[in-house]
Amino acid sequence: MIEIHDLKKIYRVGEVDVNALRGVDLSVKRGEFVCVVGPSGSGKSTLFHILGGLTPPTSGEIHIDGRDLLKMTDAERTNLRKRTVGFVFQKYNLLPTLTAEENIEIARDIAGRKQEKDPGFDEVIKLLGIEGRLHHKPRALSGGEQQRVAIARSIVNHPAILLADEPTGNLDSENSQIVLSLLRDLNRRTGQTILMITHDLDAASYGDRIVRMRDGRIVE
Amino acid sequence: MPEGIVGLVRRTPYVTMATGSLVQPTSRVLTSIAGIHLAEFDAMSGGFKYLEGGPFMGPDDLIVDDVEARSSHLHAGSIVDFGIKWRVTGVVESGKFSRMFADLKPLQEKYSSTGKVSVIWVKVDHQATVQSVIEALKQELPEYQIWSVEQYTSLISANNIPLLKNFTAVVIGIGVVIGFLVVFLSMYTAVLERTREIGILKALGASPGYVLGILLRETVLLAVVGILSGILMTYGSRALLNALYPTFVTEIAYDWWPIAAVIALIAALIGAIYPGLKAARQDAIEALSYD
Repeated sequence: MIEIHDLKKIYRVGEVDVNALRGVDLSVKRGEFVCVVGPSGSGKSTLFHILGGLTPPTSGEIHIDGRDLLKMTDAERTNLRKRTVGFVFQKYNLLPTLTAEENIEIARDIAGRKQEKDPGFDEVIKLLGIEGRLHHKPRALSGGEQQRVAIARSIVNHPAILLADEPTGNLDSENSQIVLSLLRDLNRRTGQTILMITHDLDAASYGDRIVRMRDGRIVE
Repeated sequence: MPEGIVGLVRRTPYVTMATGSLVQPTSRVLTSIAGIHLAEFDAMSGGFKYLEGGPFMGPDDLIVDDVEARSSHLHAGSIVDFGIKWRVTGVVESGKFSRMFADLKPLQEKYSSTGKVSVIWVKVDHQATVQSVIEALKQELPEYQIWSVEQYTSLISANNIPLLKNFTAVVIGIGVVIGFLVVFLSMYTAVLERTREIGILKALGASPGYVLGILLRETVLLAVVGILSGILMTYGSRALLNALYPTFVTEIAYDWWPIAAVIALIAALIGAIYPGLKAARQDAIEALSYD
């Protein structure tokens, strides 16, 4: 599913080069739930941004579903985000002027699937427990509900991988548990491949495997 | 001018009627009373149409037109004080070259203008003889200005006030520039504030074209709503002005509607496209971290 070998990313900040990734090797199988843990500045977010096609890598090899991300143009990476990768962010990142349902629909529209019927998705909405909250705007939803809407939005186009960047970072422990259980259920029931960044080792225990990062490398 | 000239004018060939009128400024700014010989004035102008009361009978009587009556809350029987007190005997329809009328003789006496008139109104037997009468009067009375009614009305139009046209053009120009800048900057700020939302759309896989498409549709919709609101507000402003200042003449410049609409639309589009394009091309990670 994901094959990464000697992946490097160098940022230029002013006149200084910052080595965000110094040679990452990682392999993720289809249907796996992998948690990436590590301190701030260890390169977790950079790895996710590259996997999600938000920023290009500097060197190395990175393949998602057989597609080589290193050779992708900007337009190809935009297409990757449409269907192959789904994001869940720490700050939810819902569009404030749209209802929960419209937030999910706009992701389908961007992927060009607005007209396609997807009866199975109603089951996912029920699994996430947001069927009664779909007509509310984000400001009328709790943090936990907003994050569940964000999860629904991230998987509405059936992406190959779901990338979750600190999805419980803004939630209390009760809502964190709900969201983490939902991610695990989603992984178990639908076989959704998930990569999750977290600081919290308890949260990481919900995954099948824990990967530790430090100073731009995977240490175990 | 001496009132005696009226007799001389009357004797000019083709002249069928002539009447003198004294335009007497009052103590109130931009207000004057026209002193008239009522019977002659009626014969020449077709007569007053009384909406209230009737013609003046005594030396202190005054006739006002409906616009003046509305703006100064006057009715038949009201007393008007311009330093000299007048009693309103009638309210007439407007359109007779003055807002207030009094009998010529008492007005001359009250303002120490006995035997003087400001204007002599002349009626000739036929339209075709107007020019020859003007020529004849110019020869007879070389020291006075003589105009046809068409020339006279054109003299008091706004276009004849020195520099007013230039002043109006400058005011319109400033209005256009400020209007453009306000719309441009409003849209610019509105789109700039949505950089983060644009970042979210990009993270979901939206192309720059998709983002710009959304922005353009929203901008055009906002501009159209703004244009329609502006037109409605024009009517609101006119109603307000008419209510506050009934003597103030307002005119809606319909030919400015399409010009204003195009200015608003172009300003809104430029104001939205520039930051929109910048945000759509911006790195999604940077756009997402915009607060």
